Amino acid sequence: MTDKNKELPTEHCETCPAFTQLEQMGIELDNFDRVIALAGNPNTGKSTLFNTLTGLKQHTGNWPGKTVTRAEGGFEFNKMRYKIVDLPGTYSLLSASQDEEVARDFILFGQPDCTIVVTDATALERNLNLAMQVMEITQHVVVAVNLMDEARRKGLEVDTRSLARDLGVPAIPIVARSGEGIHQLLSTVAEVIEGTIATQPRRVEGTPEFQQAVAELSPMIEAAAPGIPNARWLAIRLLDGDAKVEQALREGNLAELVSRQQRAGVKFSRKMAVEGNQ
Amino acid sequence: MTTPNEILNKAAELRGTLSTGFRDEIVKSLYSESEAITNRAVHAKGEKTYDLDQRIDRIVTSPIFGLPLMLVILAVVIWITVIGANVPSNMLASGLFWIEEQAATLFTNLGAPWWLTGFIWHGVYRGLAWVIAVMLPPMAIFFPLFTFLEDLGYLPRVAFNMDFLFKKAGAHGKQSLTMAMGFGCNAAGIVATRIIDSPRERLIAILTNNFVPCNGRFPTLIMLGTVFVAASFSPVYASIAAAGSVVAVVVLGVFFTLIVSWALSKTVLKGEASAFTLELPPYRSPNFLQILYTSLIDRTFFVLWRAILTAAPAGAIIWIMANINIAGTSIAQHTANFLDPLGFLMGLDGVILLAYLIAIPANEIVVPTMLMVYMGTGMMIELESMEALRTLLVEQNGWTMLTAVNLMLFALLHNPCATAIITIYKETNSRKWATVGALMPLGIGVVVTIATASIARLVGWV
Repeated sequence: MTDKNKELPTEHCETCPAFTQLEQMGIELDNFDRVIALAGNPNTGKSTLFNTLTGLKQHTGNWPGKTVTRAEGGFEFNKMRYKIVDLPGTYSLLSASQDEEVARDFILFGQPDCTIVVTDATALERNLNLAMQVMEITQHVVVAVNLMDEARRKGLEVDTRSLARDLGVPAIPIVARSGEGIHQLLSTVAEVIEGTIATQPRRVEGTPEFQQAVAELSPMIEAAAPGIPNARWLAIRLLDGDAKVEQALREGNLAELVSRQQRAGVKFSRKMAVEGNQ
Repeated sequence: MTTPNEILNKAAELRGTLSTGFRDEIVKSLYSESEAITNRAVHAKGEKTYDLDQRIDRIVTSPIFGLPLMLVILAVVIWITVIGANVPSNMLASGLFWIEEQAATLFTNLGAPWWLTGFIWHGVYRGLAWVIAVMLPPMAIFFPLFTFLEDLGYLPRVAFNMDFLFKKAGAHGKQSLTMAMGFGCNAAGIVATRIIDSPRERLIAILTNNFVPCNGRFPTLIMLGTVFVAASFSPVYASIAAAGSVVAVVVLGVFFTLIVSWALSKTVLKGEASAFTLELPPYRSPNFLQILYTSLIDRTFFVLWRAILTAAPAGAIIWIMANINIAGTSIAQHTANFLDPLGFLMGLDGVILLAYLIAIPANEIVVPTMLMVYMGTGMMIELESMEALRTLLVEQNGWTMLTAVNLMLFALLHNPCATAIITIYKETNSRKWATVGALMPLGIGVVVTIATASIARLVGWV
């Protein structure tokens, strides 16, 4: 896309037939260049966005908890092949039910190149809690402000620039059902991955004692499990006394968790694509 | 190299330097920051218009109208299915059986051996034809309607309305959601119980999911309601009676879900119901193309394809059983005779029980299997319409109203299909719970049908 095109109203640009940069690849996941994860509260339209991008028909339903396992699909955008992982919707990454664990483990150990947090424009406050928890784990985050049409209908004006400024990561208004804003979302994701856009996620600072404790603990975790991502987040969980993380550490499973999340290949995704349809 | 224990000790030591509840403070600041950021970014334009969603919800989830409205909606959906499916079912049946006849004649004329013609056309093909004729039209009407309600956002309201009942039963309120999913497919409902955090409540939800009839069983119920219950009423009320009987079965299923959940939570799975928040999503105008796709491709053809895959071998097995004779009687007849005493006790007969044995892989094929055994063991007749079906069952095989009612009860209360049993095993990782999940509904079904049969006979209805 040239610069000139960028100035056109994006809505028309994206719905016109000439919009060909996005190629849906369904579950052909043989080789891909980048992995992105879709996270968000329940019922914010993650699966709808997933379907729009991949051309798959992961069953979407208007009720929370439709996706309890993760589904994977692929698409090509600007000559790069993406694998996209649709995670179960969760309100937080702190508690222990199985669907939340699926989401958390993937963001933590699957090391996606970028995580899109899909938020509901009409209930932004509650949605941002999760976005900020994801931002604690990784800095490659793009916030997609979905359901903009519903917000407009309810007379809500969402200033995504202010949102992006406050969060320290890009915030893109979209309507996943109609495809509005998808192009801008994908080019932003690409720029975050390439480093053209530098993100500075706003993180909870806590007390000086807390910062000191995290700074002491993180290097120890990195030393014990070389190559582990998100040592900072694990340190916080350990300080909090998270039994699951403690257990994984004691049994030496941290490294295994990393490799398991990354191993999941075509077979797995095919199975999920079928299960998700039932 | 740092050992895990060193890290854990260090973490414990550092925790001591932090004020207690430091995590609460962090969570609190997370919340207040979210609030501040939202306030800066979101502005309400002009006067806030009245919220239509809330007005609708005040009626849909009201303590007085909520539950009755649910029943009415269910009844209307089933009623539309009943009146809509009748004609296409008959057309499909006559068309498909005409093909069977022509093909069988062709085979005979070409000099094919009788057993080949019989096996392929009167065995395998007839099984398939029945599955398609009986199941396709109701599914093609029921599923789009169901998906419409789902996309609209009605299912969480159902959960909301029923939450207090599950709470009283000592189960998790989210169980009403997984139960609703069970109407689609019990195996899917069992997988969906992952949204329940507490293992105790999750196990209850898994074990009781089978008490609501799934897609595979709805056509059986609708067929029985249409052919038998409706036939005892004047034509004006026939379709209403048919729909009413199916709704009654569904309500009974929910009743058993609650009673068994309650019994489990008072005995082997003791505990209190945990609290949870259920978010009522906004009503969204459904996307009609999406609904057609989901309900026709994902649901209708998925279920139909599974039925076809299992019906073909079942048709073959039945044909073989019906055509291999020992001491002058076919194996099918021997087996049915063996099962007859138990069948009689349950107000059913041996053939029906045999059909349930053969149909363990998929509930969808119970009725076709039963019909094939009846036709294979008795006189061969061509079933051209639903009326002919009634004649076959009532006049030639001695069905009564009790048989139809008890078969509807047994269709609701019996072991889950093989897929659901395997899913229970996978989700619980326990042979014990998979066995309980399989045998408990079956046991209840046997007891209930024996009870109704005994009462009916005692009172002299039959």
